[in-house]
Amino acid sequence: MAIEMVYFAWVREAIGRDGETVDPPDDVTTLGALVDWLAQRGDGYREALGDPDRLRGAVDQVFAPFDASIEGVKEVALFPPVTGG
Amino acid sequence: MTIEIRLQQEQFDVARELALLEAGDAGAVASFTGIVRGDDDVEALELEHYPGMTEKALTALAEEASERWAVSGLTIVHRVGKLQKGEPIVFVGTASAHRADAIEAMHFLIDRLKTDAPFWKREHLTAGGARWVEARQADEAARRRWM
Repeated sequence: MAIEMVYFAWVREAIGRDGETVDPPDDVTTLGALVDWLAQRGDGYREALGDPDRLRGAVDQVFAPFDASIEGVKEVALFPPVTGG
Repeated sequence: MTIEIRLQQEQFDVARELALLEAGDAGAVASFTGIVRGDDDVEALELEHYPGMTEKALTALAEEASERWAVSGLTIVHRVGKLQKGEPIVFVGTASAHRADAIEAMHFLIDRLKTDAPFWKREHLTAGGARWVEARQADEAARRRWM
């Protein structure tokens, strides 16, 4: 199940790229589990994703909580709390 | 009902945006303009956004406002990219037959825009370097008023 990841702001900077295609194992079924799985990929990922309180996400371009399902989704975004306006 | 939503790098003209809302003969026009603050150690502000989702999020907010209040015109203009101190960054304007609807819809939009649309601010410092702006608790409290 390939998912297009997109990263913004300091999450993008810490990971060192603005997006990538990932293929998580079958038991990764929620946004939170995907974050935990990605965080194990290395230093930049751990820095970006290690503290869920500082992290927000969107599933297929809609804000989503960490218990949201990612089954069958196309695009997942991870980013800091928003600061527009 | 006219909804106008724009994301743009270039400056916008507040007088022109207001004139377009006023041209609808609605009776009442309310607006908010956000300006890049002149904090001493900040040289410029940079706005990052999520292309695709940002437009959808602003449209959803505009639709919610038009369902909750009797507005005939609604404009959201948000700039992206690098902005200098003193430049306008965001404009929200509403037109309605009555002032309460115009003012409340405008207030709702600017509060919710801060918490419900994917933008991120980065400050470029006069001493060199840059820092990401942290989200404020007060913005989340303001959001809850509209629940």
